[in-house]
Amino acid sequence: MFTFYDIGQVVFYLVALTILTPLLGGYMARVFAGEKNFLTPVFSKPENFIYKLGGIISANGMDWKTYAVALLIFNFFGFFILFLLQLFQSSLPLNSQGLPNVSWDLSLNTAVSFMTNTNWQSYAGETTLSYLVQMAGLIVQNFLSAATGIAVMIALIRGIVRKTANDIGNFWVDLIRPTIYVLLPLAILFTILFAGQGVVQTFSNYKVVTTLEGAQQTIPLGPAASQIAIKQLGTNGGGFFNSNSAHPFENPTPFSNFLEMLAILLIPSALVYTYGKMVGSTRQGWTLWGCMMFLFVVLLTISLWSEYHSNPVSQTSAGMEGKETRFGVTNSVLWSVATTSASNGSVNAMHDSLTPLSGFIALLNIMLGEIIFGGVGAGMYGMLVFVVLTVFIAGLMVGRTPEYLGKKIEAFEVKMAVLAVLAPCAVILVFSAISSVMNVGLSSLGNSGPHGFSEILYAFTSAAGNNGSAFAGLNTNTLFYNITMAIGMLIGRFGVLVPMLAIAGSLARKKIIPASSGTFKTDTFLFALLLIGVILIVGALTFFPALSLGPIVEHLLMLKGQSF
Amino acid sequence: MDQSLNIKPTALFDKVIILQALKDSFKKFHPNLLIKNPVMFLVAVGSVITTYILIEDMIGGYFSAFNFQITVWLWFTVLFANFAEAIAEGRGKAQANALRNQRNQIVAKVKSNGGIALINASSLRKGEIVICEAGDVIPADGIVIEGIASVDESAITGESAPVIRESGDDRSAVTGGTKVLSDKILIQITSEQGNTFLDRIISLVEGSKRQKTPNEIALTILLSALSIIFLLAVSSLPAFVQYSVSASGQSTQNLVTLPILVSLLVCLIPTTIGGLLSAIGISGMDRLIRQNVIATSGRAAEAAGDVDVLLLDKTGTITFGNRMATEFIPADGISNERLADAAQLSSLADETPEGRSIVVLAKEKYGLRGRTVSDIAAHFVPFTAQTQMSGVDIPARDGIAQRIIRKGSSEAIKSLLKQNGKFFPQVLQKIVEEIAHQGSTPLVVSENNEVLGAIRLKDVVKGGIKERFAQLRKMGIRTVMITGDNPLTAAAIAAEAGVDDFIAQAKPEDKLNLIREEQANGRLVGMIGDGTNDAPALAQADVGIAMNSGTQAAREAGNMVDLDSNPTKLIEVVETGKKLLMTRGALTTFSIANDVAKYFAIIPAITGTLYAVNGSAGPLSALNIMKLASPESAVLSAVIFNALIIISLIPLALRGVKYRAIGASAVLRKNILIYGVGGLIAPFIGIKLIDIVINWINLI
Repeated sequence: MFTFYDIGQVVFYLVALTILTPLLGGYMARVFAGEKNFLTPVFSKPENFIYKLGGIISANGMDWKTYAVALLIFNFFGFFILFLLQLFQSSLPLNSQGLPNVSWDLSLNTAVSFMTNTNWQSYAGETTLSYLVQMAGLIVQNFLSAATGIAVMIALIRGIVRKTANDIGNFWVDLIRPTIYVLLPLAILFTILFAGQGVVQTFSNYKVVTTLEGAQQTIPLGPAASQIAIKQLGTNGGGFFNSNSAHPFENPTPFSNFLEMLAILLIPSALVYTYGKMVGSTRQGWTLWGCMMFLFVVLLTISLWSEYHSNPVSQTSAGMEGKETRFGVTNSVLWSVATTSASNGSVNAMHDSLTPLSGFIALLNIMLGEIIFGGVGAGMYGMLVFVVLTVFIAGLMVGRTPEYLGKKIEAFEVKMAVLAVLAPCAVILVFSAISSVMNVGLSSLGNSGPHGFSEILYAFTSAAGNNGSAFAGLNTNTLFYNITMAIGMLIGRFGVLVPMLAIAGSLARKKIIPASSGTFKTDTFLFALLLIGVILIVGALTFFPALSLGPIVEHLLMLKGQSF
Repeated sequence: MDQSLNIKPTALFDKVIILQALKDSFKKFHPNLLIKNPVMFLVAVGSVITTYILIEDMIGGYFSAFNFQITVWLWFTVLFANFAEAIAEGRGKAQANALRNQRNQIVAKVKSNGGIALINASSLRKGEIVICEAGDVIPADGIVIEGIASVDESAITGESAPVIRESGDDRSAVTGGTKVLSDKILIQITSEQGNTFLDRIISLVEGSKRQKTPNEIALTILLSALSIIFLLAVSSLPAFVQYSVSASGQSTQNLVTLPILVSLLVCLIPTTIGGLLSAIGISGMDRLIRQNVIATSGRAAEAAGDVDVLLLDKTGTITFGNRMATEFIPADGISNERLADAAQLSSLADETPEGRSIVVLAKEKYGLRGRTVSDIAAHFVPFTAQTQMSGVDIPARDGIAQRIIRKGSSEAIKSLLKQNGKFFPQVLQKIVEEIAHQGSTPLVVSENNEVLGAIRLKDVVKGGIKERFAQLRKMGIRTVMITGDNPLTAAAIAAEAGVDDFIAQAKPEDKLNLIREEQANGRLVGMIGDGTNDAPALAQADVGIAMNSGTQAAREAGNMVDLDSNPTKLIEVVETGKKLLMTRGALTTFSIANDVAKYFAIIPAITGTLYAVNGSAGPLSALNIMKLASPESAVLSAVIFNALIIISLIPLALRGVKYRAIGASAVLRKNILIYGVGGLIAPFIGIKLIDIVINWINLI
């Protein structure tokens, strides 16, 4: 039954998120602009030390191409180190369980996955990766991939506010500042909170215990709390243990569950406020935030309704199969909607077991481009892709050539924006099509019927959207899936990120046209409606055929009493 | 301008144009032309594929009426788009022809072999000598070689006061389009007119050399990308269906035939805007021509919609070029009526606008009816450049003494009085000075060497101009008045006309500086100009409209030419630019919104039988919310709707979306409602109706 307490929990969650948004968002705006803030005394020394160490002159700006090259090189090194760490983990320290080297294709997949902020896991953490790989490899990428996303967003903001300028800032500065002023302190705070709730944080070996039945059981341990914190905060989502936050050592109490859910949307939501602040109008930020929140609430409502609505198959409402049994259906559904809208990908319930409609919402969240709050940084710049498209299509209707925040939107911006839409679309549709007819794809399936198709569709959607959550049921640790999904994750990340940097560069070079009463306003209710319309129509139209043969037909069949 | 060029508007669908357009739309099937429009090219490729399948089937002895109809309608889709473009081009050509035929209306009196020949101004040659008398328009730029005349150059210089042009000194240059007010001069033509410049523009208008404008290019990119996305969605569909067929254990019936996939693709890609895009662009230029404005590029027409600041010359734009009498101020001891009567009498034969305005004022204020010259047997003394006066001599009769009435500048009257040993009254001298100080021009009237009083000639602000500026303000456009007047006068007129800002005692370089300054602040500037002085500013402005009466240099510098030489035209040009952009946006929105309904028509048609149990309808047939009769009729209806919507929106594309100056937000709300929400709903109704019809007449 959906009770008052369920509503209360959802409302409490949303209110907490809303209150924290301007607080954290305002702080981040100061940090990114290089202004003095209350942590400056603590972190300015290490910040400057890193600049000195890297020979970085923070005042030196880069044009967008230099910026992009720096970013790509940096990301490639991150990928390469993580790739090597896995390939040779058996010869490296901190491998108390003596885990063997990881196969090259899985190493490749995982390295790409964590570098692109996807955190798709074709492996089970506790049986595959050593503590060293988890800490020196995964955690580092959890921080840096999130910081990379923020850097691109900051560069884009500069592109919008700068007038006839070539440079869009310094990548290294944009990478370092968010890391040490935002991600690090928050991660430390949450690590302590999680550890306090009972999330394990230890270097000791896995415990072998005898159960009440007399059987031997191995209980995996490890430095989990520190990884959980950044995995949630940085919209990474890669669990320390295989069952992610459904594992009691990753998510032991209702409070830790609340904190982890809050951490999923905290930074993405606050960044929208930061955006508004930095472009000089918090109203612009709140308008976009409002669109995101509206979509979030609507999709959450559908998802909750679907789960609590009695269906002909189970004859009951609120089926518990695959749900987080300790925290209940509402917390499982809320998490599933949050994690898919925010490109996080961590789970506390199995998405495979969601009702078809809830699964549909999860899929749709990712297909829309991870822009309902979205990934750290990535959600904001992804949203701007749709803003550009909306401004271009609807802006013409006021009788002026389209402009956004005083910047003309012209052929180049449109070209880059559609490229950013096209890239993930192509990944999802092409790879899903190949996988759903070829044996190499079909042989990994765990379920039949439309549900099986949803699993394939979900996997590539998750990769292209850099989400990382899985419908499970599909064994993706195969050469075919490891490679195709790695490609998908790369295209999904850089196929959006690089065009957005290009837009930043192009916008920075333009003049700013002062607003007048003839200007198309982008901070109004009407614009919000238009933006939502464009998001839904572009998202839905592209994937409507695929979705109709997956979750939609499954839902309709369920109504007829058939399940898969 | 009495002799301005004028083009009769052609009807929206002229029979001749339609026939020609029909012919042209078949010519446009040429692949080289089709490829310019990626969306329609894709449709053409689809049509070729279905045609091939149809023919292959027929060779195999099988005929599918469904495939045949699909193929026909797909070809029609391309044809309709071609037709839209052809008809827009046809109308453009018709306008250009009309222009060419009618533009040679200015007649020049050329001196030849002792006689005078009347020829068209456009065929004047350099070096020819023309005669211009009072009332004539000077046909081309030249120099005065004989005589002296006062010339109204307000169309060129903006100055309302007539200037003296005479032979032999630095005041000998005259400009084409200006008007001789008095006397007679001989002019030697120094430039060849018309043929070069105007013809070049006309060929641009009608020529197929039309280049895509920046916004059109950007939109084409968007439409192409949408097409690619839908191409991906459609081409991945067979795989998904194949999976579903095997998953449901159904026999491998062929649910997705190539013609159906092509139909789905054609319905989803933005064919409506894709098919009408170039027609919208062409008719935007065409609408300008209708207003007698020729844009030298589509880019300029587009930029017109973006203008943030308008620079307007005071004279001719904000005020009537000619000064008008607004007040009679009598001298001491003279009644108002007497002054008015004398002033009217002196002006009865004065055909200048000022003279006419005096007659009208006297009539309106004091009820003095205009008398005819013959009634009073008067002798009129016309204005000459030497005397600077005009007037009337009325012989004595019926006991009334002879009346010699003169009106002219205070200086002229003063010297007249001096000759007759009289003095100019001090009081009136003060009044005259005050009138001048207020920015108006004083005229003094005397009768029989007695000063009667002064007439105030004032720059009168055009009626309705204030409302125009208010509209512009709502559109978000700032207006700046440029005038050579002193700041006091300028401020008074600016306040009266309701402009946002003004620049007084402006020099030509002030205009240029102002434009540069506004542009540096990111604004787009529009201006209208004519003099050679204006050329740099016209070139610098984003939208520079040169008056056709203006100098060659000005016309070369601007990116539009106004054949009417009407300075207020700038406002219409801006509206036309906005209309063009709005039409594009509205049809794009409409086109994309249409897709929702088309999906609901075609997807259940393809997938409706999947996962069907025991012969019942498949679960996805629930998506057939329009309850279309059969899968075939559903697909066909969608395709037919898709084709027909193009043809039915051609009038809108040619006419353009209505624009009213109600502010951006209100305009947007209105357009979203009509083209966004309407675009969502219309196809649901349209497709359903077509489905009913084609089932009723058994097409399926």
